[in-house]
Amino acid sequence: MLGQNNGNCDMAGAKNHDYHLVNPSIWPLFGSCAAFLMFFGLVMTMHADYFGGASKWVFGLGIMAVIATFFFWWGDVVKESQEGHHTPVVQLHMRYGMILFIASEVMFFVGWFWAWFDFALFPVPVEIVDGAVQSLFGQDGADAITQWPPKGLEVMDAFSLPLLNTLILLCSGTTITWAHHALIHGDRDGLIKGLWATIILGVVFSSIQAYEYAVAPFAFGEINYSSAFYMATGFHGFHVLVGTIFLIVCLVRAYKGHFTPKQHFGFEAAAWYWHFVDVVWLFLFIVVYVWGGWGAPVAAH
Amino acid sequence: MTDIAVTAPAHGHDHAHDDHDTPGFFVRWFMSTNHKDIGTMYLIFAIVAGIIGGALSGMMRLELLEPGIQYLPGWASALGGAGDEVAGKHFWNVMITAHGLIMVFFVVMPATMGGFGNWFVPLMIGAPDMAFPRMNNVSLWLTTVAFVMLVGSMFVPGGSGLGAGTGWTVYAPLSTSGSAGPAVDMAIFAIHLAGAASILGAINFITTIFNMRAPGMTLHKMPLFVWGVLVTAFLLLLSLPVLAAAITMLLTDRNFGTTFYDAAGGGDPVLYQHLFWFFGHPEVYIMILPGFGMVSQIISTFSKKPVFGYLGMAYAMVAIGVVGFIVWAHHMFTVGMSVNLKMYFTAATMVIAVPTGIKIFSWIATMWGGSMSFKTPMVWSLGFIFMFTVGGVTGVVLANGGVDTNLHDTYYVVAHFHYVLSLGAVFSLFAGFYYWFPKMSGRMYSEVLGQLHFWIFFIGVNVMFFPQHFLGQQGMPRRYPDYPDAYAFWHMVSSYGYVIMAVGLAFFFLNVLYAFVAGKKAADNPWGEGATTLEWTLSSPPPFHQFNELPRIA
Repeated sequence: MLGQNNGNCDMAGAKNHDYHLVNPSIWPLFGSCAAFLMFFGLVMTMHADYFGGASKWVFGLGIMAVIATFFFWWGDVVKESQEGHHTPVVQLHMRYGMILFIASEVMFFVGWFWAWFDFALFPVPVEIVDGAVQSLFGQDGADAITQWPPKGLEVMDAFSLPLLNTLILLCSGTTITWAHHALIHGDRDGLIKGLWATIILGVVFSSIQAYEYAVAPFAFGEINYSSAFYMATGFHGFHVLVGTIFLIVCLVRAYKGHFTPKQHFGFEAAAWYWHFVDVVWLFLFIVVYVWGGWGAPVAAH
Repeated sequence: MTDIAVTAPAHGHDHAHDDHDTPGFFVRWFMSTNHKDIGTMYLIFAIVAGIIGGALSGMMRLELLEPGIQYLPGWASALGGAGDEVAGKHFWNVMITAHGLIMVFFVVMPATMGGFGNWFVPLMIGAPDMAFPRMNNVSLWLTTVAFVMLVGSMFVPGGSGLGAGTGWTVYAPLSTSGSAGPAVDMAIFAIHLAGAASILGAINFITTIFNMRAPGMTLHKMPLFVWGVLVTAFLLLLSLPVLAAAITMLLTDRNFGTTFYDAAGGGDPVLYQHLFWFFGHPEVYIMILPGFGMVSQIISTFSKKPVFGYLGMAYAMVAIGVVGFIVWAHHMFTVGMSVNLKMYFTAATMVIAVPTGIKIFSWIATMWGGSMSFKTPMVWSLGFIFMFTVGGVTGVVLANGGVDTNLHDTYYVVAHFHYVLSLGAVFSLFAGFYYWFPKMSGRMYSEVLGQLHFWIFFIGVNVMFFPQHFLGQQGMPRRYPDYPDAYAFWHMVSSYGYVIMAVGLAFFFLNVLYAFVAGKKAADNPWGEGATTLEWTLSSPPPFHQFNELPRIA
């Protein structure tokens, strides 16, 4: 058998380095099956006419199994940290890992911004007439309606709730820094207050986003503007939710006393992620809300 | 790379009861956190997927043996679809789609990065394991369930028959309004899952290489295979998320009413092509850079000389990786782009020939004046250099926007990318397999069978793919199951080439079988003084956990 040990070997267990040789774990296999179930369940739900009525239950089961995987897997990581497996070099691994993960996330948003710039910089002759999308490709009058945002589309007022949300996220960037400084100075009370403030600001941001979606002057899909708008801001909103959950986990751990002034990478990773979400929003605000809606009639609400 | 003087602790002492920390079967293989076991499973996975992907190409060559539609309707009905000609032709599209996706995502990438990367990056840099051993395992299993998802898509409706018939590029609008049914959605999620697995793997490799090198192993002393994996990991990390966004847009266009690629709603089908190839071009270097690294190790080992121009070789790979991100639209010369844009992408593409040339000439210079032995891994590497050069030269031809207007989507392109992949990347894989098989298994394979495998395979793939240049220049379009009689001769030759190749492949499986049944025990270093990297200081196979005492590199 490949890789099997045929008798020449280092003395087993005489490890003399600071790396963490992780114990075998069921979560990678379990989580992969869960991800399969979730995605296959989603396919089933999207094609319920073919797969039948049980579809959404498969999807729901898959989502729950994925969430369970995250819970138990990272629960193991926290436990290993408490047991002292996270030596300085292992903590450095995690810093690298988190930075690289955020880099890949940045590239994910590059894809959505690419779509937005494609539509905004190279507008095409489509317009909204009485709520329906009409295309004048290759027809008379195409030039007259070629503009961005598409003719007939009302946009949100960038300097109303989106501006407020910008201020909320920027403010949450300062409260998480407050929490970090409190942590470094051994002030757990300040850490907890700063985390609470950041989480509340995150929840307020998400609530305002949800309200904006509910009263938005354009529906989901059907035209390039609204497709790119909702998918880009929607994926950002999803990342805000994930970041908020990450911060809540940190809050729980702060109450449990997991963080010390010297070792608290879980908190730092959450803070980095939060700042990343913040920066993505700044780009969304400038590119999508302000520049991308410039010149279009603004819906009143 | 210069010779590495190592002061490693003594290995190879017999220890009768040493595997008490090797876990039981289920724990060892299903809950693994061991880079060698995970690497082994990746290799087995890639071989299984390769058999399926290779069988698909065999079916395609059989259909293309003669003009006319011979077998397709029968195959379509055998899989549970309708047996008419429409379903048959749809099944053709399903085969070309599955063949491409399987070979790219489930054979080459799992073998180069998952298999050899996992096995030998930690060994070569003197690390006990990967940086994130548990995340390493989730990469393997996500790849596995992604494969199940993709194969499953062949059995559900996808337009005019069963399965996703979009081509591996999944271009809109064929993949959106042109393919109703769940098959394409399953294929999209298969790519999502495989992509997530690769991103996590990339994070793991970069962290391992930056952070776990043994004391004294500076970046500029790192074996070139590790350099290849490092650059590849960065390409994966930065290109795959863009693909994820692109196919997510496909998914919402298909199911939730967005119009990213639907011109009727102001969308842009060419946007998909840009996003896809922004990933797709780095992807071709993802498939070849680890191979570059393996070939460098092997040429050096069997020439008994350090690699010529080590630093130039390392930074040539970095340059290929960087420039690989800014040439993507040469895949789209015929979409109607402006002449200025074509000129830019032509020039930028040709720039890549410079670092690639550095590599080819440095391999030749490594052999120059060396004490060469033509063992199996070496002949595969030499085959690699020859065939990759052929593919590279046709690549320079295709890089010209003007020439490509004529050759785009013809068999010339098919010949080109099979010379760099099926004959380039796959040759490097076989080279690496023979080079490291004794280390991984502790057994020697048969040199005779290895040589037979090489020579028959080499003849087979050249007979198969070289005539496709002629077909392309005569105008035979790719992705067609039928053709006029004028193309019959070279198609027939090409199909017979497949048979020769398959015979060669039989010797590969025979050889693996031989090694496990009757192969001699492999020495710690079966290749002699030319093999200077750290994996050869360990036993064959290495202990379950190596480098409990970290080696020091002088």
